[in-house]
Amino acid sequence: MPIKVLIPTPLRPYAGKQSSVEVSAQTVGEALSNLVAQHPDLRKHLFSEDGKLRSFVNVYLNDEDIRYLAKDATPANESDTITIVPSVAGGV
Amino acid sequence: MATLNEDTTATLSNEEILRYSRHLIMPEVATEGQLKLKAARVLCIGAGGLGSPLALYLAAAGVGTLGLVDFDVVDYTNLQRQVLHYTSDVGRPKLDSAIDKLNAINPFVQIERFDTLLNSQNALEIFKGFDIIADGTDNFATRYLVNDACVLSGKPNVYASIFRFEGQASIFATEEGPCYRCLYPEPPPPGLVPSCAEGGVLGVLPGLLGVIQATEVIKLILGAGDSLIGRLLLVDALAMRFRELRVRKNPDCPVCGTKTQTELIDYNQFCGIRGEEAAAEPSAKIPEIQPAELKRRLDAGEDIFVLDVREPHEYQICNLHGTLIPLGDLPKRVHELDSSREIVVHCKMGGRSAKAVEFLRQSGFKRASNLTGGILGWADKVDPSLPKY
Repeated sequence: MPIKVLIPTPLRPYAGKQSSVEVSAQTVGEALSNLVAQHPDLRKHLFSEDGKLRSFVNVYLNDEDIRYLAKDATPANESDTITIVPSVAGGV
Repeated sequence: MATLNEDTTATLSNEEILRYSRHLIMPEVATEGQLKLKAARVLCIGAGGLGSPLALYLAAAGVGTLGLVDFDVVDYTNLQRQVLHYTSDVGRPKLDSAIDKLNAINPFVQIERFDTLLNSQNALEIFKGFDIIADGTDNFATRYLVNDACVLSGKPNVYASIFRFEGQASIFATEEGPCYRCLYPEPPPPGLVPSCAEGGVLGVLPGLLGVIQATEVIKLILGAGDSLIGRLLLVDALAMRFRELRVRKNPDCPVCGTKTQTELIDYNQFCGIRGEEAAAEPSAKIPEIQPAELKRRLDAGEDIFVLDVREPHEYQICNLHGTLIPLGDLPKRVHELDSSREIVVHCKMGGRSAKAVEFLRQSGFKRASNLTGGILGWADKVDPSLPKY
């Protein structure tokens, strides 16, 4: 079942300039794997060499950080939205 | 707020009563709230995009003491969004320009200026004199420094950051709430996340986010409403959508959770030299060519292929008649290039083209080099008639 993943502005160039991508998955981890399979350029922005989610990239299922749910194993279904929230520093 | 300095003996003059009358007649502020604003001491870090609306509104609202930290000078590229500064201010220190405007808006506000780059040596000392810190800086090192100094000194950090047409806002480092490190434990490696100077920013966006910061500062002072503590507000100005996400206090946070970090650290090191990333950063090995040298060789009729890896909208502003392949498209269009020819790659300032040269050399283009300083370097050294952006 398709789950919507919202892509933040800084990462859109690596996701075919799209603001959201639909993926099929049972869990958040699976959704992210499918996302980077569709858009390989995203991989290095989301995951470190050892395959771990980078610590300046947060992933939310609806309004909750998956670090405080079941992380990658957090179940997701089609009514859910996954949001990728990278840190941005701009201000001037 | 226990940290706020509530000087209940302060009074409002007749002039102040007239000036603040629209506050005084609303029950959420009233005279009591206006006196809290008058007694409040707010430090704005940065007098740029976010700092402009922030300081303007805080001054107008009657915040008694505003501290401003900035060491920069106004330039033309600031004027599209930094509304504290006017065309006639180009070349002046931002603090001189800012203080003129803030005094003109509200002469009752005391302004304390700090013409300095905030660093680990001065931050705690500067923060001492203020109740609330508003972070309007533009780099990760200062973001982490402000956060840690706020946690260590027990002062709320009213936060916003922006990129292109998207912004984030929250309040960090209150006693009960999370800090910036709870949200983002570590900074990205240098170069992975573009800055506003590289990526651009919609001029009104810092206006939106800076006004949200000002609103949160004023609510903290008044003790009114629901603050952004524990909530991250995401603003997408293009879609005009506001969303909010929950931010939890991380019990393992070294600064506000386990409190294992008890003093400020070297934030340039924290944000710059980062193990694997630093080792993977090959900038030193990338061959470069100076603008004057390229000019001389092109004029001599040498066969050099100039590759421009910027975006089409940048090419439109100015170009060196090179072949345009944006950095993001290079991997799938690399077959269009001839590896036997000498290739000079350029972008705006040299960052993206360095990545392109690294990629090309790994792909067998042994004669690829990077134009030092990009097209801006060319404009400075070779052709001053080119527009700079």
